[in-house]
Amino acid sequence: MTSLLTITDVRRSFGDVTALDGVSLDIREGEFFALLGPSGCGKTTLLRILAGFESPDAGTVTLGGDDLTAIPAHRRPVNLMFQSYALFPHLSIEKNVAYGLEREKAGRAEIRERVGEVLDRVGLAGAAKRRPHQLSGGQRQRVALARAIVKRPRLLLLDEPLSALDRKVRAEMQLWLKQLQHEVGITFAVVTHDQEEAMSMADRIAVLNHGRVEQIDTPVALYGAPRTHFVADFIGGNNFFDGTAVKGGLLAGSLLPGTPSVPDIVATGDAAVLAVRPEQIRIGTGLDDAVLRGTVLDVSFYGGTSRFAVRVPGREKPVQVQRPGAPGFVPDQAVDLGWGEAEAVLIPPAVSAASAAA
Amino acid sequence: MKAKLERITLLGPGLGYLTALMVVPLALVLSYTIFQRGRFGGLVYEPTTENFRRAVDPLYLDVLVTSAWIAGVTTLLALLIGYPTAYVIARLPARAKTIALVALVLPFWTNFLIRTYAWIVLLSPAGLVNDALTGWGLVDEPLQLLYTKPAIIAGLLYSYLPLMVLPLYASLEKQDHELLEAAANLGARPARAFLTVTLPLTLPAMLTGCVFVFVPSLGNFVVPELLGGGRTAMVGNLVRDQFLKARDWPFGATLALAVVAMLAVLLLIQAWSGRRLQGADRA
Repeated sequence: MTSLLTITDVRRSFGDVTALDGVSLDIREGEFFALLGPSGCGKTTLLRILAGFESPDAGTVTLGGDDLTAIPAHRRPVNLMFQSYALFPHLSIEKNVAYGLEREKAGRAEIRERVGEVLDRVGLAGAAKRRPHQLSGGQRQRVALARAIVKRPRLLLLDEPLSALDRKVRAEMQLWLKQLQHEVGITFAVVTHDQEEAMSMADRIAVLNHGRVEQIDTPVALYGAPRTHFVADFIGGNNFFDGTAVKGGLLAGSLLPGTPSVPDIVATGDAAVLAVRPEQIRIGTGLDDAVLRGTVLDVSFYGGTSRFAVRVPGREKPVQVQRPGAPGFVPDQAVDLGWGEAEAVLIPPAVSAASAAA
Repeated sequence: MKAKLERITLLGPGLGYLTALMVVPLALVLSYTIFQRGRFGGLVYEPTTENFRRAVDPLYLDVLVTSAWIAGVTTLLALLIGYPTAYVIARLPARAKTIALVALVLPFWTNFLIRTYAWIVLLSPAGLVNDALTGWGLVDEPLQLLYTKPAIIAGLLYSYLPLMVLPLYASLEKQDHELLEAAANLGARPARAFLTVTLPLTLPAMLTGCVFVFVPSLGNFVVPELLGGGRTAMVGNLVRDQFLKARDWPFGATLALAVVAMLAVLLLIQAWSGRRLQGADRA
């Protein structure tokens, strides 16, 4: 696939605060991309640079080969769905959606046709004459989306599109957004702090932290093969075992079984961390290939799954284990924990916030 | 019961004050309009329609129209000057904003009469403005600035401009900045975004400001007296003269009623259009 948007080494600071510290990434034509990160990671600044509300201090942004930063906000083929929706309160739904087309000096008949079409698509044809304050949150959001896609932008930016909706509407919208993107064929870039949102919708995700890109990958790869401690920690649950990378595995006191061979991102002899997902750990009594032994501290049942906290001697944090079905173990019971090499990943240790900023 | 008691306690003082000092006097004034004048002021309680007949006499009607015209021009100028002022203040950094707002209301700390007298000093033939004009050689001899309609308008405008700026400022200040970003994102250049988003959203505040300026301008008699010369330029002077000089209370009351009626119509229009624009005020 050809790349549509190319961001190269973009930097932006506000006073002493570095919002973007050399971000480079590619968004491909027609994909559903997500910028994921905690608040303050710089994702909103990046979004505002793409929309033209901010300029980078350094670095380049090109859209289809053209320098985007040279184009003023009102002439960019990029539309944004605002987190607050930012609907014009004094205009009807119809007029809100028509606003962008009127600026293009489109003909009246064409405007009417395109507005009608897009309102139909978002299921709000009946609400065309109403004002924004007469709609529910979910409806307003669809108006905001309609207003942004009616101009058929080359890139559609969505700022935390689902954050203001309640859980049930959210799940529906997630599915619907994905379908919509498929139907209209516009490249979508979602900005979100919600990993579930990013994972369920996006084709590829860039994880941002402290103004830097940690990893860009498909949701499955991010989950299964995180390359940094931050990604392993931020996405899904994880158990971390500190140690030193040695030939053949991780030395944590003694050589920990169940470690994969050292990957390219970790140098032999350096500090390293083994990350194992709770659902990858087998729990039982008398396991042949037990890696750790401990006692059950806490058991909780979540309907479909059961979760255990297991205290392991010499380890401060209990190991989190998850498995389908009923618990089957009780607190204070001695258990074995085991996993295979393929189920664990070896990553560099966490970079502290202080050293990341330096 | 408790809620009722609470309402009475809270509303009571204000309501009582307004009833005693506004509703009752207003009712009295209105009742005067149907009686005849006493010889040395006061009333003769014999009903008549003579007062209303006199009020529509071109002589007096002309004063009413002139007053409305002066108040109207003052209001329009206040809007044209006040809007950019409010717009800039609303976009200042927090500290400068406070300073600007204090500066705006600072003149109110000085007595209204004194401030109006200051205009005499400015506009008189030997005043500052004429000094400057002759000094720079722009005019050969001092202009007659004082005791003209423009002088009245200048005085009223100076006095009531803050009443236009403050509601506009409040409206512009609370306006969501993201709406302008949304407009830009949808292809509107800044001037277009202002005309299609900012301006319509401040329409209710513009209306409020206009009423705030027009109402006291229409009834004012101090400014026309001092800056308009001894001539009865505006209806406020006329009413005052009828009560205090001509000692014709019933006719003074009738003219006062005419002013109240004009303002009531204006307020009704404002309330009506305010309700129509209400959607614009909500997010």
